[in-house]
Amino acid sequence: MTINLTLIVLLAVVYSTGFYLLMQRSLMRIVLGVVLLGHGANLFLQAAGGPPGEPPKAGGSVLGALSDPLPQAMALTAIVITFAVTTFLLALAYRSHALLGHDEVSDDVEDQRIRQHPEAEQESQAVVSDEPGEHV
Amino acid sequence: MLIAIVGHFLLAALLPVLVPRYGRAVFAVGALVPAATLAVALSAAPRALSEAPPVETVSWAPELGLEVALRFDALGLAMTVLVSGIGAVALLYYACYAAYERAGIGRNAVLLVVFAGAMLGLVLADDIFGLYVFWELTTLCSFLLIGGDGVGAAERRSALQALLVTTVGSLAMLLGLITLGSAAGSFRISEIVAAGPAGPLTGVALVLVLIGALTKSAQLPFHPWLPAAMVAPTPISAYLHAAAMVKAGVYLVARLAPGFGDVGVFQVMVLGFGLATMLVGGMRALFAQDLKKLLAHGTVSQLGFLFVLFGAGTRTAAIAGMVMLLAHGLFKAPLFFTVGVLDKLAGSREMTELSGAGRRWPALAVVTALPAASMAGLPPLLGFAGKETSFEAFLSGGVTATAVLIGLVTGSALTVAYTARFLWGAFAAKPGVAPVRPPRHAGFLLVIAVLALAGLLLGPLVSALSPLITGYADALPGDPSYEPALWHGFGVPVLLSAGVLAAGYVLHRVMPRRPGGSLLPGWLDAQRGYERAVHGTDVLARRVTGGTQSGSLPVYLGVILLVFAVVPGVTLLAYGGVPDAFRGWDNWLQVPLTVLVVLAAIGVLAAKRRLTAVLLAGAIGYAIGALFVVHGAPDLALAQFLVETLTLIVFVFVLRRFPATFQQRGGHGFRNLKAAVAIGAGCFVAFCALLFSSLRTADPVASQQYATRAKADAGASNVVNAILVDFRAFDTLGEIAVLAVAVTGAATLILISQRTVHHFEASDEPDRERPAWQHALVLDVFARALFPTMLLFSVYLLFAGHDHLGGGFPAGLVAGLGFVLRYLVGGSTELSSVVRVPPLALVGAGLGIVAVIAVAPVAFGYPVFTSATASLSVPLLGELELASNLAVDVGVYVLIVGGVLDLLRTLGASLRPSEADIVVEAGERR
Repeated sequence: MTINLTLIVLLAVVYSTGFYLLMQRSLMRIVLGVVLLGHGANLFLQAAGGPPGEPPKAGGSVLGALSDPLPQAMALTAIVITFAVTTFLLALAYRSHALLGHDEVSDDVEDQRIRQHPEAEQESQAVVSDEPGEHV
Repeated sequence: MLIAIVGHFLLAALLPVLVPRYGRAVFAVGALVPAATLAVALSAAPRALSEAPPVETVSWAPELGLEVALRFDALGLAMTVLVSGIGAVALLYYACYAAYERAGIGRNAVLLVVFAGAMLGLVLADDIFGLYVFWELTTLCSFLLIGGDGVGAAERRSALQALLVTTVGSLAMLLGLITLGSAAGSFRISEIVAAGPAGPLTGVALVLVLIGALTKSAQLPFHPWLPAAMVAPTPISAYLHAAAMVKAGVYLVARLAPGFGDVGVFQVMVLGFGLATMLVGGMRALFAQDLKKLLAHGTVSQLGFLFVLFGAGTRTAAIAGMVMLLAHGLFKAPLFFTVGVLDKLAGSREMTELSGAGRRWPALAVVTALPAASMAGLPPLLGFAGKETSFEAFLSGGVTATAVLIGLVTGSALTVAYTARFLWGAFAAKPGVAPVRPPRHAGFLLVIAVLALAGLLLGPLVSALSPLITGYADALPGDPSYEPALWHGFGVPVLLSAGVLAAGYVLHRVMPRRPGGSLLPGWLDAQRGYERAVHGTDVLARRVTGGTQSGSLPVYLGVILLVFAVVPGVTLLAYGGVPDAFRGWDNWLQVPLTVLVVLAAIGVLAAKRRLTAVLLAGAIGYAIGALFVVHGAPDLALAQFLVETLTLIVFVFVLRRFPATFQQRGGHGFRNLKAAVAIGAGCFVAFCALLFSSLRTADPVASQQYATRAKADAGASNVVNAILVDFRAFDTLGEIAVLAVAVTGAATLILISQRTVHHFEASDEPDRERPAWQHALVLDVFARALFPTMLLFSVYLLFAGHDHLGGGFPAGLVAGLGFVLRYLVGGSTELSSVVRVPPLALVGAGLGIVAVIAVAPVAFGYPVFTSATASLSVPLLGELELASNLAVDVGVYVLIVGGVLDLLRTLGASLRPSEADIVVEAGERR
């Protein structure tokens, strides 16, 4: 099958932009990145699903002339799910803003603590230490 | 058998109801099922000892050949007697004991009965998975019973140690059992033992299995968890950590010995570790101050003894093992009971503080002396018979047998010594110590006497147990004429017994009365080894975490993207050929649309204002919708346009609370690096799309079938709609479930910062009462006029979807946008005049409709989501074809309308409280 170069360029741009936004600190930009990646994925499905054709109507046209209905059905499902995820992420961003006054993703505090003090004396519960004299 | 096990669990489930009314008497109720099990087991004994023991199987995954198999043979009978018999007595004892220790009565009663059931399952299971599951169940019961209410630090530590050590072992055991099963071609234990597979892999598997047995039965070097477990109430220690659970490892060795007793690695491990454990445990017991700890170390020692007897792989040793197995249960439990009595009634279990208890309560001393004598191996008790036979078993053999015999004799002398020390410590009058004055308690005495007398009577009657004992031992090679008996005549074993008793007594006499310390050097301390292992794991975990987790989201994502692009990318470049047939575009409209998307994408990246970025992202969405139209996917395009609009509205609602521009807090370096990674990953995705497109050589079969069958099977000529509501309706169900959860979650996240939930009726927004000149009159009129039209249009889309453009999604979105329009004009007051149903009820109803459609066909014997069609002739309209899958569209429609309304209720209406209020409120909470 011949390849549509325009769609390939479009996919590269949409995905690159989405990935770049995903690596930002602002939750709002991250949400936009997710939205763009969702668009990209739906487009990917159509690009991989064959060349354009007639809208898929049963009995209406010859089968070979129809566009493939399966990627369309999958993308339709994906559109709605992207919307649901976007809404949820926006609610998270809203909450972060309401609690912290900003919507930035900061570094995990616990991870940083462990990184700075890998040998920190935080004994596990399993160690018996209050009965030093006892041998078993 | 299965009924007995299930009966335990059912009774355990019933007990919590009885606790408030009957208090500690529930232990007596709990004892009913083990007692009944014992009675049934004894009555079924002839069948168990017959040539073909009863087997029960319940097949739970026949496709995989998995079944629960239970087998009731001689060893199973012996263990059942031990588990259920001592279980019943221990529960009765706890009924008395609980008068002095009221904490956790209900909890412990339930757990003990559950444990009794699990232990019964363990000893009856004939398939390795059943064995493993029951094995772990007993571990969990033990963990919960040791830990108690989890308040005490010592309890928690001991419980955790027991859990860690035994589960590490049981995981190894599972691996070993599966390997054995694969080698033998069966997962039934009886068949694995009968097949007795050989080979190097079997050796490894046996080592793994034995690690499980060693940990469970507290053998060297895993033994410290057992003495540590003595923090549990004494009835629990007596039952789990002396009589029943710790025998599981011994039981496993006994199970495998007929098949693997002659394998070198099996013998070396069992005899070596068993003998070492017997000696070390005996020595530790000799130096213990706490009577309960003394018994615990004694148990460790005796379990080592049992390991040696069952692992030796000869008939005589197995006879000795069976006798000692029963004897140990019968003497160790009452000894623990006595310690519990002294602990509660005399106030101490330290031998330095107990003085004169024997004079004060001679009856207790007598019923304690009987099992103690059995432990030491005095005639005519059951323990004596066991000791005699075990000496006999190793008497005539090579160097190994003689070495083992020397070890056993030494260990037995230690046993005699610590037994004498136990009696002395518990009952003797000690100079300089004030005599204790425990009140006499007949109940305790009776319970202890039951087991003490059983040990006394079974000694002379041990020959009567011969069918049971030889029923197991006959499977092993050796002198077939040797029979269990109390008295085998004068011979070397008797001399050895006498020598052991004398040596033990002397050892007890020469022991300092108030000793401390140990014969073994500190570095050999196994507890220290356990602590080091745990600490080392901690440190390793922290180092690995510190070395790999930076805590920065961009770094994580960057690493993931890099790996995603590089690893498969290199492989694809190396093996996948690049297609050679290219064309610029399918339709010239694709080119301007692509240019539009590229420009908008650059704009999103460069945008400083949030609204700009959001609007430009929206432009990309619309452009992609247009591309769908070009592609021949009108349904997709319609959904894309509608969703994009709704997304923009939700964004704008949220943006109201944010500053206009993106904030930059702190330095955000690595922009070029991020861009490089993003472009690399993006190009890789495009490359994948290129490859996948080129690999498409014909229309896929599934799509062709969908297109051919849509009208006939789903009653729809719109193939996409047919796929959504019929062929792949499960996808749709999953999707709307995600939608429902996400919308509910978003609502919760927003409402959580407010004390009250806003209903449309409840909140009359003051900021909506604007002066008349702020009203957009034209918009107002248009919205009111458009609203019914939009609703009507949405209903049309809903029903047209089957054959034309439309369906549940677009229809629901159009209706939702209609409500949005009303909201924008009139606020929530306006909406409340239109909708009287709570939005979440609509979401639930939509999900419910689809779920009902999914399962309804099952009632008629069809698979889920089977659709039915019916033709109706309606006057004026003519013939109407109705398919039941239309209801899926209706469900989706209702759910989406409910979801949109809920978003308006939360994101829109409840964003009213000022941001400062929320921040202050959150600050107070923290």
